[in-house]
Amino acid sequence: MSATAKDTIKDGIVARRLIYLAPILFFVVVSGYFLWGLNPERDPRVLPSVMIDKPAPEFTAGPLAGTAVPGLATADLKSGQVTLFNVFASWCIPCRAEHPFLMDLAQRGEVAIFGLNYKNKPEEASAWLRDLGNPYTRIGTDEKGRIGIDWGVSGVPETFVIDGTGRIRYRHWGPIDKDALERTILPLIEELRG
Amino acid sequence: MIPEIGLFALILALAVALVQGTLPMIGAARGHDAWMASAVPTAILQLAFALAAFLALMHAYVTSDFTVVNVALNSNSAMPMLYKISATWGNHEGSMLLWVVILAVFGAAVALFGGNLPPALRARVLSVQAWIAIGFLTFSLFTSNPFERVFPPPLDGNDLNPLLQDPGLAFHPPMLYMGYVGFSIAFSFAIAALIEGRVDAAWARWVRPWTLAAWCFLTGGIALGSWWAYYELGWGGWWFWDPVENVSFMPWLMGTALLHSAIVVEKRDALKSWTILLAILTFSLSLIGTFVVRSGLLTSVHAFATDPERGLFILALLVVTIGGSLILYAVRAPALKAGGLFAPVSREGGLILNNLLLSVACATVFLGTMYPLIAETFGYKATVGAPFFNLTFLPIMTPLVAAMALGPFLSWKRTDLAGVVGRLKFAFLAAILATAITLYMQQGPVIPVLAMGLAVWLFAGAVIEWSGRIKLFQTAPGDSLRRAIGLPRSAHGMTLAHAGMAVVIAGMVASSTWKVEEILIMRPGDTTSVAGYDYRLEKVERIKGPNYISDTATITVTRDGKAVTEQKPEKRIYTVQNTPTTEAAIYTTALADLYTAIGDPDGKGGQTVRIFFEPLVPWIWIGSLMMMLGGVISLSDRRLRVGAPRRKRPPTLAAAQA
Repeated sequence: MSATAKDTIKDGIVARRLIYLAPILFFVVVSGYFLWGLNPERDPRVLPSVMIDKPAPEFTAGPLAGTAVPGLATADLKSGQVTLFNVFASWCIPCRAEHPFLMDLAQRGEVAIFGLNYKNKPEEASAWLRDLGNPYTRIGTDEKGRIGIDWGVSGVPETFVIDGTGRIRYRHWGPIDKDALERTILPLIEELRG
Repeated sequence: MIPEIGLFALILALAVALVQGTLPMIGAARGHDAWMASAVPTAILQLAFALAAFLALMHAYVTSDFTVVNVALNSNSAMPMLYKISATWGNHEGSMLLWVVILAVFGAAVALFGGNLPPALRARVLSVQAWIAIGFLTFSLFTSNPFERVFPPPLDGNDLNPLLQDPGLAFHPPMLYMGYVGFSIAFSFAIAALIEGRVDAAWARWVRPWTLAAWCFLTGGIALGSWWAYYELGWGGWWFWDPVENVSFMPWLMGTALLHSAIVVEKRDALKSWTILLAILTFSLSLIGTFVVRSGLLTSVHAFATDPERGLFILALLVVTIGGSLILYAVRAPALKAGGLFAPVSREGGLILNNLLLSVACATVFLGTMYPLIAETFGYKATVGAPFFNLTFLPIMTPLVAAMALGPFLSWKRTDLAGVVGRLKFAFLAAILATAITLYMQQGPVIPVLAMGLAVWLFAGAVIEWSGRIKLFQTAPGDSLRRAIGLPRSAHGMTLAHAGMAVVIAGMVASSTWKVEEILIMRPGDTTSVAGYDYRLEKVERIKGPNYISDTATITVTRDGKAVTEQKPEKRIYTVQNTPTTEAAIYTTALADLYTAIGDPDGKGGQTVRIFFEPLVPWIWIGSLMMMLGGVISLSDRRLRVGAPRRKRPPTLAAAQA
């Protein structure tokens, strides 16, 4: 057998060995992620706060077809009133979980809630709001998710508290629950008003 | 006193596991019979101790012994007895204990029914099983002791999470764990085979029944969990692609692949190292499932018992178990001899396609589930929702289901595809007909309509294959019956499981596509019409339950003026934890569920009422039951029966030694 033929066979064996090594290499990567993810200081619900205290990004979003409320633009956030900016989508299950809290908040009328309909077909979103009720006084559509990028939206739902001058004062990731509402969001709104 | 006995039993279980993990393994390496045989009594003893610990904890729950921290945190004297019992495993510590008990049950089962295993193989399998037990027992003892006491004891307990106070969820964890942990047997067999350096048809025959049993339990566990989400969360959906659901689904996908690839090893002596890898991966995913739910690694809508502190311990456990086994695989698997040759179009080829598609499907779910974590390391946050999974998962499942009807017709080594297709012409006609009927009845988007046709294709394919084997309508009915009786039970089982899958698909497609959902405010006396049924809200009453207060609505349902049913959806407030739960009212017909749930009152005498018309949803549970039953029938097959008497020395064993 010639030297090259031997090498070819050898290469074949090495390649075969490598295939058998693939699962363990993959697992090493996965467990690296797990280890990193377990960092006790990491809370998947807390977000980097680069946007905090910065003015809300410039945007203009057309209204959501099928609803009666107008669209949304940056100027609407500078009304002098504290507002909530809520990113939602009909396909998002946690949105459904937080929806009653938004309805409740809207009924109390303490704060205007603006919605950004994120990566969602307008007809699905408007049907969803028709079924569940519409807590928003303005809704912007962001079907492609472009506005969401400027806001640093990572997933739905997400809620921002905007002060009267249009600056972002707080960001809540994930569904709003009773705790978040009563302990953080409502007191902050009071504080910003006072 | 009894909790201390429980703790003591748990420590003894660990001690026994240490013996079981070492002696038989060394004995197998040195050919020392008595050492190898020690695996059997130690496995049984381990079960006895683990069970004693579990019963001690259950005793504390049943007697509401609030001096035990675990009981005080998760039980309440006012709870019904069923939930006092199920609260034993409705918390982190108790569920770990249940895990350990089920592991011991499977180990003892191998010890008791594995009399026909070669002694060395049995010794090694039981030792590997003990290593897993050592991991979980130390975890339980050092980080999650369920028997810790508190002094002074509280007057009453903190109550079980109200969402878990439900008959469906009482039995969901044990079923799921039986599935997860059941795959540990396949895993132990795989590790033992790698240590021995030999995989043969006999090995596959011993592994298959255990895998099948685990698969049946996991199927049942997932179906039960999905059923629970359907009626308890009050959203009318049965699957949310939530991380907690995904992590139970991944071992199912891999386990299904394993079930099929083991057939190839048994019949054709091929796909050995792949099957070994599948066995390792299936159990690894079960471990990851247990881990992810408890570690707080991923956020989930309905995760419970998360604790990052314990996460590190479990991660270490995972690294040792999965990492260790995959290193062993990388070292030993290349030496496994490849087996029989076959053409691409053959039963082997079909089963490889099955494995390939199931693996890709599993990888997709894995990626989607882990993506938020991966994205985070790159500095941004992401959620992955149903759109991702629907977009990626369905295109993989479609060819799988299409091929699933063909698979059973293929013969080993090589098949004439044209002949198979010819036999399936009636299935094709049935599928076309079903598509047309669906289109006529429902119109709607193209893909779901075609998917209904696909479900019928699979169902018809399964039935045609079965009736072909018993020559239904081709010979006298008596002869067909005789053939049906003579048919191996695994053939009946396969037909039932495949047909069950078709029924599940039809249920899933129809309920997600043609669901009608109405949410509105109703006052007593108001009526509304949903999908041809008229709903009338009669009244809303406040009723006091044992440990909750309920607002119960009474809704009468009529169709064309004729009474159909009376529904009583509830909104409960569990007083101890002050947590609301939704109890949906469901009226099931063969073709649809009428589903009502109530939300909050609007303060002006009205009540939020959610009314869903869920077409074919019951089929999801019926189909799951058929799949489980198919598995059970296969299990009772003489060739697979655990510990079935051997008629003669299996020829495959001799062949393997030759």
